[in-house]
Amino acid sequence: MDRPKKTEFTFPTHINDYPTGPQYAAGYLPETNAGWRSVRPVVDHDACVYCLRCYLLCPDGTVVKDNGKITFDMDYCKGCGVCAYECPKDAIKMVKEQV
Amino acid sequence: MTNLIDIPKVNAKNMTEKEFFYGHKACAGCGGSIAVRLALKVLGERTYTALPAGCMSAVGFIYPQMAFNTNAIITTFPGSASMASGIAVGAKALGQKDVKTVVFAGDGGTADIGFQALSGMIDRNDDVLYICYDNEAYMNTGIQKSGLTPYGTKTTTTPAGENLPGTITHKKNLFEIIAAHDIAYAATASIGYPQDFLNKVNKAKHIKGATFIHVYASCPTGWGTPTETSVEIAKDAVDCGLIFLAEFEDGEYKLNRNPKQFAPVKDYLKKQGRFKHMQDTDIEVVIANRDRKWSRMRKHWL
Repeated sequence: MDRPKKTEFTFPTHINDYPTGPQYAAGYLPETNAGWRSVRPVVDHDACVYCLRCYLLCPDGTVVKDNGKITFDMDYCKGCGVCAYECPKDAIKMVKEQV
Repeated sequence: MTNLIDIPKVNAKNMTEKEFFYGHKACAGCGGSIAVRLALKVLGERTYTALPAGCMSAVGFIYPQMAFNTNAIITTFPGSASMASGIAVGAKALGQKDVKTVVFAGDGGTADIGFQALSGMIDRNDDVLYICYDNEAYMNTGIQKSGLTPYGTKTTTTPAGENLPGTITHKKNLFEIIAAHDIAYAATASIGYPQDFLNKVNKAKHIKGATFIHVYASCPTGWGTPTETSVEIAKDAVDCGLIFLAEFEDGEYKLNRNPKQFAPVKDYLKKQGRFKHMQDTDIEVVIANRDRKWSRMRKHWL
């Protein structure tokens, strides 16, 4: 997967652990956005024609091309539903998140 | 003239799988983050990104979270273009090749506060791509009217009531103001037409000198629309003629999309909470302004 993963935040203990400048390195993600979500996207792979419209339009870039199949990075999906709404084949359904 | 046919095309199938704007804290369904994400995917890893105060800097740099995977810096609100100029000439002085400097500024940071710096940047013709994602108000600070807020919009500084229909001024004609600088390349786009936007960013990437793209990006929070309709709303705005897709290159305007018939403006307006209060007379003002603009564009740009 060509995208940054969640990194555990460890409190800096030595001066060398602090970032140089006002930010950490690019792609340093100690938090996920999964908690924002109330619905989650589910793909029907039989109906999906792999047009990649969801991949193009996901505001968070969480749609992953996985060997000719569409999957989602659930750590960072916010459940906005753009993928399901824009899907020309209605292959993506937004399903209520179970708590 | 840079011919788009000579430039390798970028589309969803062949674009890089790397994400350069990831894990950001933008509202669900944010149109601006679609624009930033797609633009960075076209521009690639060797990009210097400068962002003034605005949504994309607020959601990208929440310490210690760092959503940008390119070099990125928050600039002063009025000085984003001048800082980008400095980055571009700095990169040139260091002899760096294949780098691009890009600015992502909102409509307020472009048309109002950052305008003098932008004007100076275009005048010096620094190698910077300036992308204005236009969500038609200062959304980051809580929906205040900007120079690009259209007629009839309800914002916190232009509330709608019995006496006024919200904003009483029309949208500033930013594209033509920028084109009047005789810029190398300027374009308008909408996230509702993503391939068109990708092509324009790709074209600007391959042009040396100052370039400008004005991309229409929806904002579910500020516009009062459901999160899933973000892209559809941005497409509707183009289809009903309130937003036009055009390019300015080599001193010539080019209208990319000239529909024979517009989609109904009322349908577009009534989908959004910010226009809910509008009376038919207000909508007629919007339509009259649109028709005046289009008749002028069709006369001179075709």
